Amino acid sequence: MTVAAAPSPVRHTARSWSSVPILLAVLVGLFLLHIAVGAKSLPLGTVVDAFFAFNSKNFDHVIVFNLRLPRAVIAIVVGASLALAGALMQGVTRNPLADPALLGLTSGAAFAVVIATSVYGLATMALLPWIAMAGALGAAAIVYIIARLVPGGATPLSMTLAGASVSAFLGAVISAIHLLNQETFENLRVWLTGSLAGRDVTMLYYVGPPMLAALLAGILLAPRVTVLAMGDDVAQGLGVRTGPLKAQLLAVVVVLTAGAVALAGPLGFIGLVIPHVVRLYVGSDYRWIVPYAALAGAAYLLGVDIIARVAIPPREISTGIITAMIGAPLFVHLVRRRTR
Amino acid sequence: MSRLEAVGIDAGYADAPILDAVDLLVPDGKVTVLVGPNGCGKSTLLKTLARILSPCRGQVLLEGKDIHALNTRAVAAKLGLLPQGPVAPEGLTVRELVSQGRYPHQSLLRQWTRADEEAVESAIETAGITQFADRSVDTLSGGQRQRCWVAMVLAQETRLILLDEPTTFLDLKVQVDLMDLFASLAHDRGHTLLIVLHELSLAAAYADYLVMMKDGKIVSAGEPDDIFTAERLKHVFDLDASVLRDPVSGRLVCVPVGARRRIVEAAQ
Repeated sequence: MTVAAAPSPVRHTARSWSSVPILLAVLVGLFLLHIAVGAKSLPLGTVVDAFFAFNSKNFDHVIVFNLRLPRAVIAIVVGASLALAGALMQGVTRNPLADPALLGLTSGAAFAVVIATSVYGLATMALLPWIAMAGALGAAAIVYIIARLVPGGATPLSMTLAGASVSAFLGAVISAIHLLNQETFENLRVWLTGSLAGRDVTMLYYVGPPMLAALLAGILLAPRVTVLAMGDDVAQGLGVRTGPLKAQLLAVVVVLTAGAVALAGPLGFIGLVIPHVVRLYVGSDYRWIVPYAALAGAAYLLGVDIIARVAIPPREISTGIITAMIGAPLFVHLVRRRTR
Repeated sequence: MSRLEAVGIDAGYADAPILDAVDLLVPDGKVTVLVGPNGCGKSTLLKTLARILSPCRGQVLLEGKDIHALNTRAVAAKLGLLPQGPVAPEGLTVRELVSQGRYPHQSLLRQWTRADEEAVESAIETAGITQFADRSVDTLSGGQRQRCWVAMVLAQETRLILLDEPTTFLDLKVQVDLMDLFASLAHDRGHTLLIVLHELSLAAAYADYLVMMKDGKIVSAGEPDDIFTAERLKHVFDLDASVLRDPVSGRLVCVPVGARRRIVEAAQ
């Protein structure tokens, strides 16, 4: 049973905007479902009514707007931001393992926030995003310096190892601070694993606008990321000013990561896994990976958060624990697929 | 007027200059080949000419204008560069790779057009990679991959094309096919090519204009018939070799005289 000179499989993938409506429909469906489920289940019809015919005397409508909607919006913004940041980082560093969590950015942001709030007693919410940004940048710098000091320089491997070590260390310090301080113990799950439960919607007003701007900038810069992923010399030969472009992309990644951490803590695996899943469908051109990763990341975090809320009623699991529980095996599966 | 010219360029570091007062006129519509021993500054010269490196002193002139006064994108619309050993992102298809060559012709306002599509298809055809156009670059052989990169540079539609060791690590037959392609680009389509090569016989066979470098200086430049001699190979490469003319192609080839041959002579 020989197949005469079987040609290598030609990949048929959607390299256009054509799949955007499908993903948007999925996103809207998950969004409504996310709002409907919870301690008091609401029929989907009631959720839709709340949007199109809001009645302030209807208690269910009030639940939708005051309690459930903010959490769903935060899930969308955070999921899109982390996935898009991960996609950009993978392109710029030419490292398939690059991700805001794995390279230490999210734990750096969380660490800075924990130090500022627990140790220095900072209570001004407006400052937190700035502190998170400083933490993310600081951790990225430390990871880069450690990787540079490794014999062989900042290779994808040394960057990943340095990032994992720095993340583990900062996570340990965050645990220690919380364990020594009983009153803030409840906060532990937010700043150690990330959570969407009981997040303050005011933070969304602070970080939402810059995050939306960064998402848009990331999508506009995406075609250049493909050129950059072919190496600095090739990119310069094609007319890309690589230095300024890398600075712009770093700014986008830091704003998205710090904003996501300020909203939901250091959620892992989204930035790592989602771009790889998206690649299976849209190929390797970042022009398509980046926007699709944003949509898929938003849908993924909504879905994960639904599971976090309904898995063991009436209690709730930390969203960050579910992202890791689903993300880790999914990632192993993707790696096995790639090497086959 | 030559489209690309180096005027007295120094490059490298103050205490360790890599290029020392290099003057070079790249002849239009010809294949110019740059040879020299490892570390002589060939790649540095190519990168300086392509505006990737800035010279400490001197000027690179692109169509008579200082290349470092032009912006990156304007240069990329006139000069294509294929660096040494480029690596495509995993999973990128051949057509996607070649499409990147259109980057200098695009902007936020001017998106993908019919002209871009035609340039990509024509580059794919010229490079002879039509049958793999929808495959991933990383599933191809070394020679096929190199053709994809050449197609990417062709899609850029520049008169000037600079290539850094495009034939290294490839089988001889593949090297010859690539050099035939380069020669045809220059002679049939009027492109100006500047190629850094390691293979001396290949350089002598395909260069219209041969440039020999040593220690950051150009020591010899001209047609291979005039400058490809045993004495110069000894001087530039410290290589003992015979230069012969192949009776079939009429081209010059160099045959290294190894240590063993010298021992045999000494014994006689």
